[in-house]
Amino acid sequence: MTVANAPVLVSGVAQAEPGRHPIGEPAGPAKRSPAGLAKYLGLAPFAVYVVIFLAIPTVLAIVTGFFTEDGSFTFANIAGLFDPLVLATFASSFWVSAITAVVGSVVGALVCYALLGTRAGGALRSFIDSASSVLAQFGGVMLAFAFIAAIGSQSLVTLWLKDTLGVDIYADGVWLYQPAGLLVVYTYFQVPLMIITFLPALEGLKTQWAEANATLGGTRFTYWTRIAFPVLAPSFFGSLLLLFANAFSSYATAAALVSQGSPIVPLQIRAALVSETVLGRENMAGALALGMVVVMVVVMWGYSVLQARTSRWQK
Amino acid sequence: MKPSNLTRWIILGVVGLVFAFPILAMVEFTFRDGLSGAHTLDHWTGLFSEDAARTYRNLFTAIGNSLLLAVVTVGIVLVILLPTMILVHLQFPRLKRVLEFICIIPITVPAIVLVVGLAPVYGVVVKVFGGSVWTLAFAYGITVLPYAYRAIQSNLDAVDVVTLSEAGRTLRADWGRVLWFVLLPNLKRGVLAASFISVAVVLGEFTIASLLNRVNLQTALLQVSQSDPYVAIIFALLALLFAFVLLLSIGRLGRTRRTGSES
Repeated sequence: MTVANAPVLVSGVAQAEPGRHPIGEPAGPAKRSPAGLAKYLGLAPFAVYVVIFLAIPTVLAIVTGFFTEDGSFTFANIAGLFDPLVLATFASSFWVSAITAVVGSVVGALVCYALLGTRAGGALRSFIDSASSVLAQFGGVMLAFAFIAAIGSQSLVTLWLKDTLGVDIYADGVWLYQPAGLLVVYTYFQVPLMIITFLPALEGLKTQWAEANATLGGTRFTYWTRIAFPVLAPSFFGSLLLLFANAFSSYATAAALVSQGSPIVPLQIRAALVSETVLGRENMAGALALGMVVVMVVVMWGYSVLQARTSRWQK
Repeated sequence: MKPSNLTRWIILGVVGLVFAFPILAMVEFTFRDGLSGAHTLDHWTGLFSEDAARTYRNLFTAIGNSLLLAVVTVGIVLVILLPTMILVHLQFPRLKRVLEFICIIPITVPAIVLVVGLAPVYGVVVKVFGGSVWTLAFAYGITVLPYAYRAIQSNLDAVDVVTLSEAGRTLRADWGRVLWFVLLPNLKRGVLAASFISVAVVLGEFTIASLLNRVNLQTALLQVSQSDPYVAIIFALLALLFAFVLLLSIGRLGRTRRTGSES
C-alpha cells in the first residue's frame, strides 16, 4: 500500500516549495529538501562504493580469464575449462551440490511441515530460526571442525563402531576428507537453509483452502495433491535451486576439510590463485570464476523465475 | 492441515538429534585428554592460565581483527547503505528494483568468485589506505549487502516513511532532524537486525580473508587447529554460540515480518 502511493507522494515532496509550508517562515531550499542536484549526490557514495568493490571485482574476475599475464588477449584459459580434469571438477561440484540440495530440501521441507501450527514468535520457533541461520550461513570452517570431532577417525562414534560393533566406517579410506565427506557436511548446512527459505511459503498456505477442500468433499490426500503441492511447487523448486547455488559456491568448509587435491571448483580456484598456474596456464582463476558465474547466473535466474510464480500466491 | 503432535515431535526429534550430534561432539572433544580416552578440563582452564595471552597471542589478535572488521562493516552498512535505502525509498521509488537487484548480486557472484577480482582491487586499496586489517571491511560491506538489505527493507516496507518524513518537514524540521529524530527511531528494529546479522557474517567469514592473505578469526582458527585442535574447537564453539545469541536477539527485537513476505 505504501509502495503504491509512494510515487504520488514523493512527486508532491519534490515540488513542495518552502513557501508552501503553512507553519513558520521559509528556510533555505537546500535545508528544506535535498532538491535537484543534491538528492542525486546523495546516491553517489553508495554508487561509488558498489562500483569499486562489487562491479569492478566482478568484471575483473570474469575478464581476467581472457588475458595472459602480460595483458594480451587469449582463449587459452577458456579452452582450459574444457580440459578433462577441469570438466571432472565441475562435474563433481555439480553432483555434490545437486545431491545435497535434493536431500537438504526434502529433509528441510519435512521440518517445515513439522513446524506448521507452532507459534511464530514462540520459543521453539525462535530457537530453530536462529540455529538454522547460524548453521546455514555462518558455519564455514567451524562446521568442518564439528564433523572432524563427530565422525573423524578419532571420534567417539567411529571408535565405538570399530571397537564394539567391528564396523570400520573408514575401511575404504578416510572419505570424510574427500568429496564424499563434503556430501555429509554440506547436507548439514543445506537443511537449515531450506528451513529458512521454505517455511514462509509453507505458512502462506491459507486455512480457507483447506476448508474449501473439505466443503467440496475433499480428503486430506486431495488437499495435498490438488492444492498444497501445486501451490508450493514453485517455491519448493526455487528453494532447491537456491540450495544448489549455496553448495556450488561454498568454499570455507571444503577448504578446511579437504586436505589433498582440488576436487571441487572453488578449491580449484584457490589452487589457481595460490600457485598462479594451473594446468600450466596463467590467469586460470579468471576462467574458472567465469565458469562458476555462468552456472550461478543460470541457477539464480531459474530461482527468480520460480520466486515470481511463488509470490503470486502470497499476496 | 497441521501435522499431529506425534508426527511433529518425531520429525523434530530425529532431525534435532542428528543436528545436535556434531555440536555435542565438539563439546565432548574439548574435554578430551589427548588420545588416551580420558577426559580433562585442562583445555578450558588453560585459556585462563598466566601464559595463555602469550600462547594464543595470534588467536587473540585475530579475534581483535574480526571484531574491528565487524565494527567497520556495520559502519559501512549504516553510513552508506542505510541512507541510500531511505533516499531511494523517499525520492527515487523507481530505483527500488535496481537497488534490490544490486544488493542481491553478491548471492550470484559468491565470495570465491569475487575474490579473484578483489585481489587486483586490493592492490590499489593498499596503496591508498595502507595495508591495515580494517580495509578488508570494504569487501565485507559487499558480502553483507543481501542480508543487511533484506533486514532494513522489511522494516522500511512496514513503516510509512513518506508520511513520517512529510510530517517532520511540515513541522519545520530539516532533513537531518527528520532522519535522526523521526525516521531512525522507527527503523531501529531493521537497523539493529542488519547490524547484528552483519556482525555474524563478518565473524564467520573465511574465503576472502584467507585468499587475500589477511588474518581474521576463521583463518586463525584453521591455523590453530593444526597445532592445538582443542583450543580451535573451543573458540569455534564460542563463535557459533555468539552468532546464535546475536540472531536470537534479532528475533527478540520483535518482528513485524509478515508471513510470506520474505524469501
